Amino acid sequence: MRFDTVIVGGGLAGIVAGLKLQKAGKNTAIVSTGQNALHFFSGSFESIQEPPKEILDIFAESGIRLHYSPGVRLMPMGTFAESTLSLEDVSIFPDPKIGRRVLIVNFTGYHDFFSSFLAEGLEKQGMECRIRFLNLGDLTQPDLGPNEMRAVQIARRIDQVWDKLVQEVRVLLKDDDTVVLPQVFGLSDPAIPERIRQGIPARVVFAGTLPPSVPGIRTQMLLKRRYEVLGGTYLMGDRVTGAHVFEDTVHSVVTKHLDRHYLEADHFVLATGSFFSKGLISNPFKIFEPIFELDVDYDPDRNTWYNAGFQEHQPYMKFGVKTDSSLRTFRKGSPVKNLYAIGSILGETHPELGTGAGMAIRSALQVADQILKSEA
Amino acid sequence: MLFQEFTESRYNFEECTKCTICTVYCPVMQVNPLYPGPKQAGPDGERLRLRDPGFFDNALKYCLNCKRCEVACPSGVKVADIIQSARIKYDKTPPKLRDRILASTDFMGSLARPVAPVVNGVTGLGITKTAMDAFLGVDKHREFPSYSARSFEGWLRRHRKEQAAFPEQVAYFHGCYVNYNYPQLGKDLVKVLNALGVGVQLLEKEKCCGIALITNRLTDQAVKNAQHNVAVLEKAVAKELKILTTSSSCTLTLREEYPNLLDIDNSTVRDSILMATRFIFEKLEKGATLPFKADYHLKVAYHTPCHMERMGWGVFSEKLLRMIPGLEFTLLDSACCGIAGTYGFKKENYTASQAIGAALFDQIRSVNPDVVACDCETCKWQIEMSTPYKVMNPISILADAIE
Repeated sequence: MRFDTVIVGGGLAGIVAGLKLQKAGKNTAIVSTGQNALHFFSGSFESIQEPPKEILDIFAESGIRLHYSPGVRLMPMGTFAESTLSLEDVSIFPDPKIGRRVLIVNFTGYHDFFSSFLAEGLEKQGMECRIRFLNLGDLTQPDLGPNEMRAVQIARRIDQVWDKLVQEVRVLLKDDDTVVLPQVFGLSDPAIPERIRQGIPARVVFAGTLPPSVPGIRTQMLLKRRYEVLGGTYLMGDRVTGAHVFEDTVHSVVTKHLDRHYLEADHFVLATGSFFSKGLISNPFKIFEPIFELDVDYDPDRNTWYNAGFQEHQPYMKFGVKTDSSLRTFRKGSPVKNLYAIGSILGETHPELGTGAGMAIRSALQVADQILKSEA
Repeated sequence: MLFQEFTESRYNFEECTKCTICTVYCPVMQVNPLYPGPKQAGPDGERLRLRDPGFFDNALKYCLNCKRCEVACPSGVKVADIIQSARIKYDKTPPKLRDRILASTDFMGSLARPVAPVVNGVTGLGITKTAMDAFLGVDKHREFPSYSARSFEGWLRRHRKEQAAFPEQVAYFHGCYVNYNYPQLGKDLVKVLNALGVGVQLLEKEKCCGIALITNRLTDQAVKNAQHNVAVLEKAVAKELKILTTSSSCTLTLREEYPNLLDIDNSTVRDSILMATRFIFEKLEKGATLPFKADYHLKVAYHTPCHMERMGWGVFSEKLLRMIPGLEFTLLDSACCGIAGTYGFKKENYTASQAIGAALFDQIRSVNPDVVACDCETCKWQIEMSTPYKVMNPISILADAIE
């Protein structure tokens, strides 16, 4: 099967590159080994320092509203982190003083939202907190079993009866000026968190939970749906196992499920992520990129890879595939003409692109641009 | 790297990072509180069962083997295979009479075919449905697929000579559904392949692929069928024939379930078994042409069956349909329809089955297509029962679109 561009990896970086290319009328495919890191997404793109219209547009066309306001957001342990561009679920404040009296609402039996840690963190910063629990069974029947008390299952139930939840929280509300709720709303409809906010006469803040992330999964679903509406081919659950590279050019990739049916393209984009998703693999002797055997920027002395302090910055996080300024990759020391790398497989090799979700989007847009220019 | 050879398990269960992504995509977990979900039923439970089989939980029977957990897993864990193999290994309760009847698709087909009009009349009666519901536990809302009076095998045998005249030959694993219930799909495949200069042969007496035997734990019978089928397929491969299929679930069973769940080595035949849509797409891609009708128009919504999704081959059916001039194509969000073969026929699963499919049915209604396209016969029954739309196999749509 032939495409203009084949993107290896279907996470945030891969899908944003795919969306931009499809929008420009290109025919692309994304091969994704299962689901991706958007399922752990906080809802905030850490490092985007300017409100880029192109990003807002791509998300808005997919039905996802972002807001840009540099400030801080509430973290799940009651601390605050800098934030700029975020999903609407995430509230951003000019400073960490989000209220004087905070009501934290959790669900009985839900262990993925640490309400007491959250309260402790906020109290350290001078805010008065009280925690109350709601029974999900009072809002929707049948009740969820203990195995099902997870963000997504709760969202599926509450999305049907969000107005009842609003009523229950209003009953709990006394002289609190702020209400903190777990981020478990609006899996099916991105408008639900805002409706909940509107319904409660206090400042409503949603705080992150343990995975899976409801806003992240919703984002993934909407981006993928938009990509398919634009005619993109998203091969979910398949895995690129090898490639045909002749001299400085990739001709095709081989996938596990399509076996001898190769995916050919003019351009290839590598967006397979870092160590966690096996975009990079380490063993006692080396760090390598398994599909194309690309050159990787890392220190060959294994003793320097990690820091014994668990909380310290880990040097291995810096390592990434070697690329030039246009994010073109290298193999055995020479550039591969039509293979680019984007997202976290770059490690920290391009600090100017930022980190995390911000870097994923920036590098994706830059490479999509590069591909479109090369064909102009 | 020697040590890694010894730390890898058959279903990759130690690769599970407990990320919970599979639980998001499990259709059963969304509707049935009794089901512990793929993470717990699969890799988490396996760790305990390896230590003590007493940890086997009978609630694993609620798994409908859609494999969506495996498609979603970023770590390559064969979650559904872990669950199904645990059911085979640890669940020693004898299967119910009802499950034996539902699972014996070819036996029931060969009994029903000679008296098809009578059987079709009787299974459609309200009183029969009430009785089957009460005494067997087959849900009364279900429509039984009607039986055809003439089998597909009989039809193709009568056309053997003209088929042999084509320069290129393939074998066709038609499956129980085409043989006993809906021979027209087989005839549609023959029409399309003939238009490409390809003649169609029967295998030397295929048996039911056995998917329903596996999920209903009639494992011994499933193994017998698998051994028989692999031997028959080997004969076709020896003649350098590709084996084409039109059912995604038969295909998954022949290619994946035989080695993974039944320990049957199919390595000599696996690569020769192809969905017909893949075979035809590859022909057209290489420049072959079909005599498409000039004034054709059809609005099609394509539903990717779970097992097609697991094989990663939905793309072939999609691209093939998009090649038909005048066909307006919509790709439905990939989601389980809820039937999962015999699962939805069981009384205890009916409500869950319909709840699982609800989002898909809503989407179909909002697209409002002329027909829904789908490569699975049980999805077809489910969608036709639950929506007002007709469901056609992509091969039948293709046959309809050519002269």
